[in-house]
Amino acid sequence: MGPLINPQQIINGLQLGSIYALIALGYTMVYGIVRLINFAHGDFFMIGAYAAYAAFFAFNAMVAGRTGTLAFIVLVIAMATSASVAWLANKLAYKPLRYKPKLSSLITAIGVSMFIEYFFSAFPAIGASYRAFPEIIPRRDIHIGPAVVSNLVLIDLAVAAILMIGLTLLVRRTTLGKAMRAVSQDKDAARLMGIDIEMVISFTFLIGGAFAGAAGLLAGMTYPRIFPYMGILPGLKAFIAAVLGGIGNIPGAMLGAYIMGIAETFASAYNSLIGEGIAFAILILVLLIRPTGLLGEKIADKI
Amino acid sequence: MKKSILVLALLACVSLVFAQDIKIGGIGPVTGEAATFGISTKNGMMMAVEEWNAKGGVFGGRKVKLIFEDDKGDPAEGATVYTKLIQQDGVVAIVGTVMSKVTLAGAPICQANGIPMISPTSTNEKVTLVGDYIFRACFIDPFQGTVGANFAYNDLKARAAAAIFDLGNDYTKGLAENFKKQFEKLGGKVVAFEGHPSGATDFKAQLTKILQAKPDVIYIPDYYNDVGLIAKQVRELGFKGPLVGGDGWDSPDLVKIGGTAVENGFFTNHYSSEDTRPIVQDFVKKYKAKYGAEPDALAALAYDAMYIMLDAIRRAGTTKGSAIRDALKTTDLNVVSGRVKFDENRNPIKSAVIIEIKNGKPVYRTTVNP
Repeated sequence: MGPLINPQQIINGLQLGSIYALIALGYTMVYGIVRLINFAHGDFFMIGAYAAYAAFFAFNAMVAGRTGTLAFIVLVIAMATSASVAWLANKLAYKPLRYKPKLSSLITAIGVSMFIEYFFSAFPAIGASYRAFPEIIPRRDIHIGPAVVSNLVLIDLAVAAILMIGLTLLVRRTTLGKAMRAVSQDKDAARLMGIDIEMVISFTFLIGGAFAGAAGLLAGMTYPRIFPYMGILPGLKAFIAAVLGGIGNIPGAMLGAYIMGIAETFASAYNSLIGEGIAFAILILVLLIRPTGLLGEKIADKI
Repeated sequence: MKKSILVLALLACVSLVFAQDIKIGGIGPVTGEAATFGISTKNGMMMAVEEWNAKGGVFGGRKVKLIFEDDKGDPAEGATVYTKLIQQDGVVAIVGTVMSKVTLAGAPICQANGIPMISPTSTNEKVTLVGDYIFRACFIDPFQGTVGANFAYNDLKARAAAAIFDLGNDYTKGLAENFKKQFEKLGGKVVAFEGHPSGATDFKAQLTKILQAKPDVIYIPDYYNDVGLIAKQVRELGFKGPLVGGDGWDSPDLVKIGGTAVENGFFTNHYSSEDTRPIVQDFVKKYKAKYGAEPDALAALAYDAMYIMLDAIRRAGTTKGSAIRDALKTTDLNVVSGRVKFDENRNPIKSAVIIEIKNGKPVYRTTVNP
């Protein structure tokens, strides 16, 4: 077996891709609906990790030993907290600028991102230092041939898959999903049809935030070290994944994220520095060769 | 009116001669990626200063005023606080800082201003080579890497070793290279030698590649934060063998992040609180009473570094930079981390200990002499 192409590396890549996918979905949904690249999205991911951290210590004693229940409570709290922050960011920062030039919202998004990061670092209860993320679910190893899969990997993959299937059903099968699609296609026409656009936008931020929160919990469990700036790099890479898949396109974001995860793993195995830079190489290539991304449609103007 | 001005001026002169404190700058990363290092360092320095002040000061009844600054583990921030301490606060000497990459940014500033500096824990070789005002209280990277390799080869009986290190950090690169040199010199084989980018959280690609080379032991000379993550991921990938590292492991957070993954882990260190020498036990007792925690090597070395500096100022009998520097050179002092004398490159000649992680606790294993 070659040193690079081996099943273990594919598993590593899928695990990384799952976390990217959950973040990338928020980027792509918000872009699809309001044409805004929400650079604060990586920070919603960070907030999810901190909410999970707090929830673990709040409920650990209460449910004593029932790991499954605890994990579920922690997941719900992480998702709810990030969703609320995303909703709040939309209400306070993005909504007032909705019909202003797009550049204003984009710069505001960068401002929101920095505000969250520095506010968290300066906040005494959180602080700028690293924190060790607790072991919510004890690790067990499952050997499959030459590859080792820990239960954490399976949890990462499963949670991401369940959430993505849920989202797909929501967008395709429900009235709300139909409204979301309508708004993303033509805001003015949607309003004429009686759709409450602001409600749809708020809802999109809620879902995007919730997914980022779930990703925060998964990242905390997989890489048990959290800090206020932990969202920057994964956020950036997930954004690139969304661009790779075609920004605004939901299946595209998932596909892009898994491609990114696997590409990064293989590149890192070849050479660490190439692994670190591959995401940005992909971004440049996509923008040069196929700016609409793999599954994206042609849009007249982009930021 | 004239009289009162005269009296005031006289008073000012008197206070200058008699009551003026000796200002010493202290630096450590109290926040950021190595925060526990910074907190221990600050504690150690403060304890040493309090002891000297309780004894009646350094010389001529002059007490020490410690001005402590946070470098956040960042070289740019470090350069700023070094400059601030020298230009703005007018310190006569600096004790700091912890991480080699930050010290390397600050040392040239001290050298240029003629301010004697002693780093408690910067183990990178280049630090004291900056100039003749720069000293350190700890041993250097080649020695740690060499001791790590000796231990892996002789005690752990490893014949195939792998190393993973931070590409953006001189300290971890230095240790890894010296480990490799010594391990191969002993007759062992280094089967994989992988760098990782700074700030990475996912190391699985590199670790999977390392494990394919089937090492007996993996050398991880990173800081505790990364070590915890790497250990966890390498165990997840099925590696059960020993992990060896350097003094960057020395933090209570190592076990918090790494959990059971850091069991069967060993690291080279400057001191162990289980050392039975009276000076060590006395230090441990006083530190515990003051801060309610076991002192780690960072605390011990910061305490030592401050002692070495204040001892030199006492012997110099002045706060002139060049005089303090000359006094530092002739240091021969028994401190917590051993007996300290400086070699021609202003590095101390002293022993190292090996610490093992057993049931989540660091346990003293053996002492290795230079």
